[in-house]
Amino acid sequence: METTKLQLLKDKANRAMGINRQDALFSKTYMFIAFVALLLGGILGLTQGLEKAGILTLPDWLTYYQVLTAHGFLLVIVLTAFFTIGYFYAGLSHTLGGLLPKVRKMAWIGFALKIIGFPLVVVPVLSNDATVLYTFYPPMAASPWFYIGLVFIVLGVWMCAFGAFVQVASWRKRNKGQHLPILAFFATGVFVLLFFGSLGVTTEVLTIIPWAFGWTDTINVMVSRTLFWSFAHTLVNIWYLTAASAWYVIVPKVIGGRRFSDVLTRFVIIALVITNIPGGFHHQIIDPGITQAIKFMHVFMSLVIAVPSMMTAYAMFSVFERRGRELGGRGLVGWFKKMPWGDVRFLAPFIAMAAFIPGGAGGIVQSTNQLNQVVHNTMWVVGHFHLTVGTTVMLTFFGISYWLIPYISKRVLTPKINKLGVITTIVWTVGMALMSISMHTVGLLGAPRRTSYTTYGDSATAASWDPYIIILAIGGTLLMVGVILQAYAVFHLMFRAPKGETEFPIAEVEENASETPYWTERWGRTIFLMLILIVMAYVVPLVDMIVNAPPGSPPFRTW
Amino acid sequence: MKLKMHRYEELWILIGCALLIVFMLITGYQTFAREMGPPSGNQTIDWRKLDETAPFDKPGLRQTGDNEYEAVVILEAFGFTPSNIEIPAGATVKFILTSKDIVHGFEIAGTNVNAMVPPGYVQEITQKFSKPGEYLVLCNEYCGIGHQMMSTVITVI
Repeated sequence: METTKLQLLKDKANRAMGINRQDALFSKTYMFIAFVALLLGGILGLTQGLEKAGILTLPDWLTYYQVLTAHGFLLVIVLTAFFTIGYFYAGLSHTLGGLLPKVRKMAWIGFALKIIGFPLVVVPVLSNDATVLYTFYPPMAASPWFYIGLVFIVLGVWMCAFGAFVQVASWRKRNKGQHLPILAFFATGVFVLLFFGSLGVTTEVLTIIPWAFGWTDTINVMVSRTLFWSFAHTLVNIWYLTAASAWYVIVPKVIGGRRFSDVLTRFVIIALVITNIPGGFHHQIIDPGITQAIKFMHVFMSLVIAVPSMMTAYAMFSVFERRGRELGGRGLVGWFKKMPWGDVRFLAPFIAMAAFIPGGAGGIVQSTNQLNQVVHNTMWVVGHFHLTVGTTVMLTFFGISYWLIPYISKRVLTPKINKLGVITTIVWTVGMALMSISMHTVGLLGAPRRTSYTTYGDSATAASWDPYIIILAIGGTLLMVGVILQAYAVFHLMFRAPKGETEFPIAEVEENASETPYWTERWGRTIFLMLILIVMAYVVPLVDMIVNAPPGSPPFRTW
Repeated sequence: MKLKMHRYEELWILIGCALLIVFMLITGYQTFAREMGPPSGNQTIDWRKLDETAPFDKPGLRQTGDNEYEAVVILEAFGFTPSNIEIPAGATVKFILTSKDIVHGFEIAGTNVNAMVPPGYVQEITQKFSKPGEYLVLCNEYCGIGHQMMSTVITVI
């Protein structure tokens, strides 16, 4: 009993006095690494864009494909993983009464594992021994150390996921019958997906390692691909769920409103967790070895995610409209003008959401058989994820950074940095629009992704793509400016901004909100349903690929 | 469970679900009734013995009917065998593809021909070439340092 009381007291202190120093240090470290990764990844991205446009020639010791491998790894693994974990750990600390000492320890062990993994991944990439891109499809084989590094990184992420589970379980024990605070609920969903979603790729990597060392002779190429995509697609939705947590919980508070129905919010999270992992198959629509019937079923598995996304779109505009009318906005669109457009904490996530309308629509059409066949592995796909990840997720993360970094650094956001943030957001939006639109268009015309500068033997078709690639490079240059401004803002807010207390903005529910039913808290059931769906999705095709496998492949090095 | 939902919201969710069903119906109709499904070759092959396995022991173009052709193509880092295929306008060509080493992609720019070609599988895709001209064929899956050079041409005359 005594410990419970003590904990309750701590909870109160935590809310009143802001984040404690140790929890702050953890999130701060994660944010620091995330934005260093953005800076490095951005520089590599620009390098690559200029090379592709034929403007820049790389030196002999650095190839386009090395740059591409590092760009992908830094941005889709390091930046997103570190941001997500840093953000949600701050959220867990804030809403669940501070991190438990053992959770903090687990999280730091996770950090150490990732830091051990990094050089193992980065050194082979730099020495051109792992130029396999971040998808590392066998039978191309990198140095075995590259994969061992990946294992350490996954273990590090798992430690952080387990830490979050321990924290949540302990809170639930102390608060029987209560609903988990909404941000912690989002965090639980994200960490559940991170853990279960990475089981497939871990299995893949664990079969690759002995093969890359030469201890086993061959590998099953299609099984590896399938396991990879079971993870990589989930990862995409993990970022999306992370961004959505800020839309549902943070943004309403920033505009001074209240958040949307608690029940529906939780329902959306549960739906995303359950339906997510099988979506990976839409990356394999034109693969052999998978029957059309299975592919058809998987079109459904991919499209079903559109339903919670549409619910999210409705929820957000409903929140904006209500607040806008409270502020005196009238008529059909008058409320829209009442939004705090000059506040980067609103503007950045708003553009992020708006970008998700074409981004999501593009995602839906490209998941259907016909259009997929047209755009698969073309620049269209690159345009798609620069719109979804590069714009929707990134701008949301930027928006978060303008209050989260001051919050964990015990500093404040000054009007000047806010203004800088608004400029960054605009630069980013214009840059991404140029880049993404030209990528989509040139992809539709057939330009392949992941291909360095080439004329394809002076082909007229390839020459007709050039103007778009030039626009792409211009967009990329603007984005580089955006990256530098954003990194400056983050490091300024972390180390230089005036000292003070910043609020962790969490919106309350509506006063007359209906009560949330308790079934939403049954994580066991949610996970069970998720596993049933995964089994339904994967058992038949995987067994088919294993039982009817062609002769396996030895390692190849083609770079 | 008592859920207070706005009428518009119910309508919106209904539209979402309806869209899903429409997409599924169209995709299903195209795939199973019109045979427009994505390339899904299910036959496996020993990729080490392509030289002695039909039809890949004799890669090339052969006529199978009235302006109908079969093109047997081997993909290998960093080229296509055979390269530079010539066909008459209006020909329907069934491409029979496999890889000799790693995962490649087979794309004909400006058409719907696009298929993944991993080693060990025979991939098939059919296309009618109505308009004369030069069609750029390229590998669209990163396959190594010469990936950007892996291309050939189909000439329709």
